[in-house]
Amino acid sequence: MDSMTLIATASTITAGITIGAGCFGPAMSQGRAVSTALSSIAQQPDAAPTITRTLFVGLAMIESMAIYCFVVSMILLFANPFWNHMIAATAGK
Amino acid sequence: MRLTSDQLILWRYGFAEINATIATTWLLMLLLCVGAWLITRRLSSEISTSRWQSALEILITGIDEQIKEVGLGVPRHYLPFIGTLFLFIATANLLTILPFYEPPTGSLSTTTALALCVFVAVPLFGIGRRGWRRYLRSYREPTLLMLPFNLISEASRTLALAIRLFGNMMSGTMIIAILLTITPFIFPVALSALGLLTGMVQAYIFCVLAAVYIAAATGDSVGA
Repeated sequence: MDSMTLIATASTITAGITIGAGCFGPAMSQGRAVSTALSSIAQQPDAAPTITRTLFVGLAMIESMAIYCFVVSMILLFANPFWNHMIAATAGK
Repeated sequence: MRLTSDQLILWRYGFAEINATIATTWLLMLLLCVGAWLITRRLSSEISTSRWQSALEILITGIDEQIKEVGLGVPRHYLPFIGTLFLFIATANLLTILPFYEPPTGSLSTTTALALCVFVAVPLFGIGRRGWRRYLRSYREPTLLMLPFNLISEASRTLALAIRLFGNMMSGTMIIAILLTITPFIFPVALSALGLLTGMVQAYIFCVLAAVYIAAATGDSVGA
């Protein structure tokens, strides 16, 4: 396999694995966070605004992990520096 | 594939160029400033005020209460900074409902600029409130061994602020664009609504996190 094919293959496979694995962890932890928040709201309905606010802040922090994986996967697919370098090299030849 | 509106150049002269992000940001600034000026031209403290003034009061007192709930002692000191952050990001994200509009927060330049504002503002508020020594001493807590970790956490949470907002907005617009080429009728509308919701949530999160960092730096929180 020449290097261009290798770069393309590796980038595509890595992008897929990145987005897959990067969505799994945050999804599990967000599910646990929401379930704990729901049970604590059920225990103390008066504290529901505070709990909801803290829940949303926590969910956004966890979500940002998934966003990092998404951004890396997008970079690999659409703004890949190795691919651009190879394209420039073959265009120059 | 055009990821952000940075790549849409509207005008170029030599090395200076105006891209769609800059133009949209200027339009947003114009909208917010002219709107605020129009509403506050004739402020009245009667019982019955104009609708716009009531709306503005609801907004301001709402942000005030949120800042107080995060734990900052006197919200008025921090209201201009945090309120402006919220208004700018919320307007930028809400106007996605307009056609041919791309949110400037979908560009890493804008979100990095906003995160840098927070990065500079946190020590400024901290030093203004506690003085040089006590603020710098707070980096040594709980032990001197934590000094490099505190410094790294300062930088990394600024980076996280920028990338969180950028990632959410860019992914929202990108997924709608991709769906429009695949199933262009009902499904993009549903995802557009989700994009609006996440835009508002991200604006709120950005400001709450900025307020939490400032509260940690000024030691202004209720418990401290």
